[in-house]
Amino acid sequence: MKKGTLKQILLVTDGCSNKGEDPVATAALAHQQGIAVNVIGILDDDQTEDPEGLQEVEDVALSGGGVSQIVYQESLAQTVQMVTKQAMTQTLQGFVNNELKQILGPKQTLEDLDPEKRGEVMEVVEDMGETCDLEVLVLVDTSASMYDKIETVKEALIDLSLSLNARIGRNRFSIFSFPGRRKDVELVFDWSPRLDEISSVFPKLTSGGITPTGPAIREAMYQFGKKGLLRSLRDEKSGMEEA
Amino acid sequence: MRNQAWKKHNIDIRPGTVIQGKWHKNSYLIKKKLGQGAIGTVYLCETNGKQAALKISEQGTSMTVEVNVLKALKKVQGNRLGPYLLDVDDWQITKHRKYSFYVMEYLQGESLPSFIKKNGMEWIGVFILQLLEDLENLHQSGWVFGDLKLDNLLVVASPPSVRWVDVGGTTQMGRAIKEYTEFYDRGYWGIGSRRAEPSYDLFALVMVLLEVFYPDRFSKSPNPEQTLFKKINGVKALRPYNSSLKKAILGKYQSSREMKRDITQILSSRQKRRRPKRDKNQVNILPFLIELGGILLLALSYYFSSLLF
Repeated sequence: MKKGTLKQILLVTDGCSNKGEDPVATAALAHQQGIAVNVIGILDDDQTEDPEGLQEVEDVALSGGGVSQIVYQESLAQTVQMVTKQAMTQTLQGFVNNELKQILGPKQTLEDLDPEKRGEVMEVVEDMGETCDLEVLVLVDTSASMYDKIETVKEALIDLSLSLNARIGRNRFSIFSFPGRRKDVELVFDWSPRLDEISSVFPKLTSGGITPTGPAIREAMYQFGKKGLLRSLRDEKSGMEEA
Repeated sequence: MRNQAWKKHNIDIRPGTVIQGKWHKNSYLIKKKLGQGAIGTVYLCETNGKQAALKISEQGTSMTVEVNVLKALKKVQGNRLGPYLLDVDDWQITKHRKYSFYVMEYLQGESLPSFIKKNGMEWIGVFILQLLEDLENLHQSGWVFGDLKLDNLLVVASPPSVRWVDVGGTTQMGRAIKEYTEFYDRGYWGIGSRRAEPSYDLFALVMVLLEVFYPDRFSKSPNPEQTLFKKINGVKALRPYNSSLKKAILGKYQSSREMKRDITQILSSRQKRRRPKRDKNQVNILPFLIELGGILLLALSYYFSSLLF
């Protein structure tokens, strides 16, 4: 059996969208295409947890089949890697639950198994999480208020690559910022197995006033599609290489 | 909601509540709350007149992962590694509300710093050796502790020994560390990977010792290696082990055994240096003791034989 690739969008923001389509709807669309949308909301140090504007964070992840978390800057690094791993497990569990339903009937999920069997199934889920390939497209909000948080975001992303590259499976990361100068999103860092080199790239970010989260997620989705197309073309050329 | 699976949830169960398992039908009387972790809440409970610790959470799958580790540790020889696993079950409260729980041995003890403060610095060497031995056992069976930290260790009495209370981070060798705490994580300090290998635990072990003496911890600097070395040098009680601790920080030990060898050597050379004084006393006392014993034996045998006849 060929091992699958999990696809995730990781949205890092500190507020509400204010331009374009509803991000909750585009996240649902991405989810349908097999891409999980995770959202991390960053609080200012003087903000209390769960301010109103960040309700969107939760809603987007919920409809995007991903995981969300609202954090202060200081715990960003650890949160980013936890959210990513948690979302992987969640997606894999979803697959397993579908299989279980086919074998055991429509009402059966992992939670309905007795503890012993559940343990065995979870072992398989863990194995898959360790060995599957993963593609993460990071979408960083660079609107004005994010300006003083970019450095922390950068560190957290380098830390994420450290965590994920300890796995057996392969990883690929890319980073887009939104809003871009001319378009909704802008490429910051192209697909690569590591993120250590981003230190040189990030200063390019400029901060503007609008936050087009919905269009950004849509564009991210297309980026996945585009890459898929390119790769399938390349695979056709190289013939039986995979086998 | 699954979406926020790892957020902290407080499950408040009133003391006096009886929890009965859905599958195995065992009953547990809740006595009091012991603590709250990232995944679940731990209660002291009573079952069949015995005390036990019960961990309960609504995150069934995360609990299952922990249980799998405890089960694996059960198979490790001479197991005193984690708490002993007693039962795994679900608590069905209503048709749609269900909690997962597992029951384990209740470990009573005190924290490492408070024990050392009360009983003296010489225990540091003892505990280092003991932890290294436990780690060696664990590593040999293909696992790495991962989230080794002061909070996860407890000194139990008679004989005083260190036990691991939370094994949630325990990871199979060669995989990505499942759970870690930044202060104890060599990746955070920029000194190594987050892959589960023996040297990962040995780094954390040194950090455990440092936290005993720097209870407020300390943070990263542009040159982490230098910071850590400075902190090690700054503790008088750790001075004898300095060279070995630094090697562990740099990941120079491939196994716990190598580090254990170094520490043992340090301890025995220290004892040798101290011995002359003690030897004198022992030389004086020993013949005297033998003589005394001999006389006593003789007297007793006379006494018994006089009883017989």
